Amino acid sequence: MAVISYIEAVTMALREEMERDQNVFILGEDVGKKGGVFKATDGLYAQFGEDRVLDTPLAESAIAGVAIGAAMVGKRPVAEMQFADFIMPAVNQIISEAARIRYRSNNDWHCPIVIRAPYGGGIHGALYHSQSVEAIFANQPGLKIVMPSTPYDVKGLLKAAIRDEDPVLFFEHKKAYRSIKGEVPDDDYVLPIGKADVKRKGEDITVITYGLCVHFALQAAEKLAQEGINAEVVDLRTVYPLDKETIIESASKTGKVLLVTEDNKEGSVMSEVAAIIAEHCLFDLDAPIGRLAGPEVPAMPYALPMEKYFMMNPEKVEKAMRDLAEF
Amino acid sequence: MTIQQVKMPKLGESVTEGTITKWLVAPGDHVNKYDPIAEVLTDKVTADIPSSFTGVIKEIWANEDEKMAVGDVICTIETEGAAETKEKTKEKTKEKTFFEKAPGDQSGRYSPAVLKLSQLHQIDLSAVKGTGKGGRVTRKDVQALIESGNPQLQPVLMPAAEKSQNRQTDSGDIIVPIDGIKQTVAANMVKTKQEVPHAWMMIEVDVTNLVRYRDSIKDTFKKAEGYNVTYFAFFVKAVARALKEFPEMNAMWAGDHIVRKKDIHISIAIAADDKLFVPVVKQADDKSIKGIAKEVNDLAKKARSGTLTTEDVSGGTFTVNNTGSFGSVQSMGIINYPQAAILQVESIVKRPVIIDGMIAVRDMVNLCLSLDHRVLDGLICGRFMQRVKELLESASEETMPVY
Repeated sequence: MAVISYIEAVTMALREEMERDQNVFILGEDVGKKGGVFKATDGLYAQFGEDRVLDTPLAESAIAGVAIGAAMVGKRPVAEMQFADFIMPAVNQIISEAARIRYRSNNDWHCPIVIRAPYGGGIHGALYHSQSVEAIFANQPGLKIVMPSTPYDVKGLLKAAIRDEDPVLFFEHKKAYRSIKGEVPDDDYVLPIGKADVKRKGEDITVITYGLCVHFALQAAEKLAQEGINAEVVDLRTVYPLDKETIIESASKTGKVLLVTEDNKEGSVMSEVAAIIAEHCLFDLDAPIGRLAGPEVPAMPYALPMEKYFMMNPEKVEKAMRDLAEF
Repeated sequence: MTIQQVKMPKLGESVTEGTITKWLVAPGDHVNKYDPIAEVLTDKVTADIPSSFTGVIKEIWANEDEKMAVGDVICTIETEGAAETKEKTKEKTKEKTFFEKAPGDQSGRYSPAVLKLSQLHQIDLSAVKGTGKGGRVTRKDVQALIESGNPQLQPVLMPAAEKSQNRQTDSGDIIVPIDGIKQTVAANMVKTKQEVPHAWMMIEVDVTNLVRYRDSIKDTFKKAEGYNVTYFAFFVKAVARALKEFPEMNAMWAGDHIVRKKDIHISIAIAADDKLFVPVVKQADDKSIKGIAKEVNDLAKKARSGTLTTEDVSGGTFTVNNTGSFGSVQSMGIINYPQAAILQVESIVKRPVIIDGMIAVRDMVNLCLSLDHRVLDGLICGRFMQRVKELLESASEETMPVY
């Protein structure tokens, strides 16, 4: 099995799906000749041509709108938002059209579109290149939001997203693009959307998180294991709809739960996870549910110390995990 | 005047430790803020550590060429003025704990998980020592107690001393004081007898074959192993085997449900001096006759020398009591709380028995079972006893090998 980076797994999944299904096509800003600003679509333009890898104007609303229309007449568009921060002009298309169409048309129409977008900070990208936007979409029935943490999950879940009959938002952590590597099989596999993955088994505390923070939690867990603290790390993988079963099972097992997200704390995906645990696990809880998240500040600042203050890191996660274990 | 600590600074993004190669100051030296005080070598750079304060070097903590983690205290400096520093330490402590909690003693505050577990296993939480913040009893504390065996022992260990009752004493009468152990046993007996609806059953077993078998190996065993292979080991073995087949018997009453124990830990009664000990033969179903005989022998020795540990006496799931050793032929035992049953093995006696219309002299033994009628009933106990009887009556080198 080859060890490849997170972003190479994105490219690999796109290529395989485009080879498998003629209806799959890509559109977005600079995705064609340039191969994307992060090179996620590198080589696809050369392989599949300009009819299947479309460079679009700088108009996110149009990218989403065109993709939705194409999807409704049988195509399988994969639209790229250059940065998740720039998805805002497309929100009306995504929520009012893509998410609603199956319900609104009484099942006559549906919209199998994937919207990919790099999100997250820690790359000195400042306000408009560092945001997490998942919470905005995470209460819109009709949408699915996938946020993988490893190259293996990226490939399996992106392929599943492309084959899904309904709209899927696929958020990729841009700091993970080149810093996270892992084994990815060459064969064709898909992973279930809506299913969390226990990345590490443990009995003492549970950490539930997603995206890049999964790696922070795993690193911290290894360190804490030397102190005799055995942490379970649950990777949500899909943040909407949530995998209630896995969340409840792990929370009930340890009774001590830490929820980690890089997003602002209030109203985050983790607030919903906390609510699920509170609703189902009261009599198994041994400590308050903890949320470790970004501060209530509009977005990640540019200045390095300020970015560090805002951004999640292994030390912050480790400290919160230890505090919880000792509670 | 305040003593300030100088810590190993973070010299670069991924640097986590550094080695002080040379101290540039000594205790007693005066330094200004930002003056270099030591040279440090990391895997990335060699650099000077600047003083964080103006003052006099008090103590040097880090030795030269010693690796220090980032954040470790390397020396202390005595500074003038305290106001500024106070604010700083305040800030530090503020971000220190992730989980807000009420200050001070948390020993009387229980989480839902702890309360649920303690109620399920009838544990008196006030007797549990907490290892969490502020002495809080954690879920793991309670689980450890349950896993260690008999949680119910906990509250019972501290029985309210019974009120002294006036009894008329005549001259020549002796007053025997009651010690803690007797008090505990007494409280346990009262609790069991009052709480548990006892029912009884007795069967007689023809152990002629067993007696013959055991007699045939007795001397060689003693010579080889150094201790006796008793009948009792065979009875424990037969019971353990039958318990495996009838897990209903290896159970405990728990208020609104019954706990069927997976492990078969047989409690046995050992009298030493005037005290009664009930140590446990753990995983009895896994052990051979020799294994059981050895463990019984070891436990008895420990009981007599007073060296039984809590581990030795906890975790029993069923009791086999050797009342026969006192010559008893019938008895009604009180169940060893919280187990569901106790089996009394009576004396083996030669008795005329009718077999196929003929009178024969056979070795007979009575087995008396006391059962918790909430957990068990006559049907299941009858089957269980039948199975024990079968196992004992067919005992031979093939069916119950010593090794």
